[in-house]
Amino acid sequence: MVDIWSGMTQAFWLVFTFDAELVEIAGRSLRVTLSALAVACLIALPLAALVAVKRFRARRLVIAILNALMGLPPVVVGLIVYVVLSRSGPLGVFGLLFTPPAMIIAQVIIIVPLIASIAHQSIRELWQEYHDLLISMNVTQGQKIRTLLWDSRRALLTAALAGFGRAIGEVGAIMIVGGNIDHATRVLTTAIALETGKGEFALALALGFVLIGLAVAVNLAIHWLGRTEREGRW
Amino acid sequence: MKHWMIGAISALAMSSAAQAADVMKMAVTTSFNNSGLADVLLPEIAADLDLDVQLLVVGTGQAIKLGEAGDVDAILVHSRKAEEAFVEGGFGSHRTEIMYNDFVFIGPKDDPAGIEGSEAATAALGAIAEAETAFVSRGDDSGTHKKELSLWAEAGLDPAAFGDWYNAVGAGMGAALNTASGMPAYVMSDRASWLNFGNKGDLALLYAGDPVLFNQYAYLPVNPEMHGHVKNELALKLEDWLTSDRAKTLINDYKINGETLFVFNAAETE
Amino acid sequence: MTQLFPMQAKAIESRRRGQRLVGPIDLTLDGQGATVVMGPNGAGKTTLLQLLHGTARLSAGEIEWACSTEEARHHQAFVFQRPVMLRRTVLENLIYPLRLRGVSKAHARKEAEEWANRVGLEPLLGRAAPVLSGGEQQKLALARALICKPRLLFLDEPCAALDGRATREIEAILQSAKSTGTRLILSTHDLGQARRLADDVLFLLGGRLHEAGPANVFFNQPETAEAQAFLRGDIVE
Repeated sequence: MVDIWSGMTQAFWLVFTFDAELVEIAGRSLRVTLSALAVACLIALPLAALVAVKRFRARRLVIAILNALMGLPPVVVGLIVYVVLSRSGPLGVFGLLFTPPAMIIAQVIIIVPLIASIAHQSIRELWQEYHDLLISMNVTQGQKIRTLLWDSRRALLTAALAGFGRAIGEVGAIMIVGGNIDHATRVLTTAIALETGKGEFALALALGFVLIGLAVAVNLAIHWLGRTEREGRW
Repeated sequence: MKHWMIGAISALAMSSAAQAADVMKMAVTTSFNNSGLADVLLPEIAADLDLDVQLLVVGTGQAIKLGEAGDVDAILVHSRKAEEAFVEGGFGSHRTEIMYNDFVFIGPKDDPAGIEGSEAATAALGAIAEAETAFVSRGDDSGTHKKELSLWAEAGLDPAAFGDWYNAVGAGMGAALNTASGMPAYVMSDRASWLNFGNKGDLALLYAGDPVLFNQYAYLPVNPEMHGHVKNELALKLEDWLTSDRAKTLINDYKINGETLFVFNAAETE
Repeated sequence: MTQLFPMQAKAIESRRRGQRLVGPIDLTLDGQGATVVMGPNGAGKTTLLQLLHGTARLSAGEIEWACSTEEARHHQAFVFQRPVMLRRTVLENLIYPLRLRGVSKAHARKEAEEWANRVGLEPLLGRAAPVLSGGEQQKLALARALICKPRLLFLDEPCAALDGRATREIEAILQSAKSTGTRLILSTHDLGQARRLADDVLFLLGGRLHEAGPANVFFNQPETAEAQAFLRGDIVE
């Protein structure tokens, strides 16, 4: 109990004094996760739309695979990325191991199936709704996808937030591919693991509260942004 | 909305750009990091050499592997046999001793196995095995772990045959100490990690001083002939610094609660 | 100005899983007036409209227009029995088909406002389309169909779910469209509506064209017994 209380007070103190290390670590957490989210959405959303509208033989199979990939254990993804990016691995020449880009890559791989699956559900539903109208209007494939993506943007936002939530709390994969290097690849989750391992529970809790606060703040910010776009609309 | 996003992404990209200083990666053991010495040395290295040393804190086993794969430029570990094999295999160019600290035996304050005042380290371990009191082992192929195993062997005991009282946690020094604190159990730790540990609970330092418990740290640059991309000049620069008088002062003066942790013993550089 | 008509449908059929839904049917359409497709439920009215519009595949036969099929499609529009609303505002729904065709935002907006006015939806321009009433939605669907000035407009039982007032408003818009040169083909259950709107009638029974002819002939002197029964109000199979 003492630890939780001292954790909370320590958290307040760290935040209100803008503790330099905390700012650095939290900033890096956000940078890595938001970058991963941006890249993942660029891949997952058009992919989801394409799979929703295009008729091809392997459609059911692709959807099943996407759903199954959601269950990929993140730490295994981290291990595989590690092996691939290691100097003695196939992509070693790029020297990406133990850098933030490696962490971003791992997180992208982890959240793309999640975002794509959720997005695909909503897009598919909307496509069933719009199908007759859009076919009658003779839209091109590109127009079709753009219309569906735009009109399901609320649901897509939810998908993106799900991806964000998964990524910001991720620790296993990014620990492995990032190496938790102080001032280079240490983020909130890996710092929490480190401090806990050192027995510094109060500090770990403080970092934990900051992480929760950050995650909630980002969620709220995105919702607010989405609403102020158009007032009182759908 | 679009413009905002584009701006944010560019800012993200730019802020990950590297700083102006030289950068190298070094794999070090958890015991070295947990001692807090790294936090003292690294800023000095940055100031003196304009060199940003990025530390990967792992067990000795993984440190060696990282060196073999060429994912780091140098390693700092404390397991002589493994180090010699590393150099012999051509992965490391050479081995340079830097400093030593010692291992200590930690256990519950009331010392159920009665190891306080033992004659030797092996005797203490023998007492623990006989009393079958809870014991936490690193179990992670680290320098500390290898030392512990060699001591059991010297005491004529085989950990593979131990019962449930022997817990191999497969983790770093801090995590092992945590587990020992929670049980409570006996554990072998390096003195530095123990002094710096924040969750002592009911644990206390019960035995130390046997010369066999001395723990030599050595620095090994990764062999540039094996991996052409490693930053060998920087690794050698760092080595010169680590064996210099400056390092000697910093290391010998580093204390926790008035206790010295490391003793500098690098040979004079020519 | 692209000429779609006359349109010739030769022995067109639609089959699904070996079962014949519609056809074979031979049909000629000229460029004027309103054709009403009538018949009991399951006669194949919707399928016929879809075949002519091109959204259902022909299992046999062919359809020839005075221009290419692609061009013909470009100048057609379809209003469904239950209106499909885009999840956007009324204004955006109206703008959508114009933007698809590359019309500038400003111009599209102007056209949209004009049409909203014409169908009485002006006060609802900023409202989200899916929350409109049934009648308002169908008027919107109709305006959206007409905004691109189609030469041919299909309507599949457009007033089936609407009340009297909405029906009257829709029919008024249709009469106006007809008078400005839009060819209409609509299916309906409502005999009164058929009498009001039709210039000629296609009577479908069991997927085949049972009787066809000018409206006054069909309604006053139907040839076939089934047509007579149908007009009497009997159940016809």
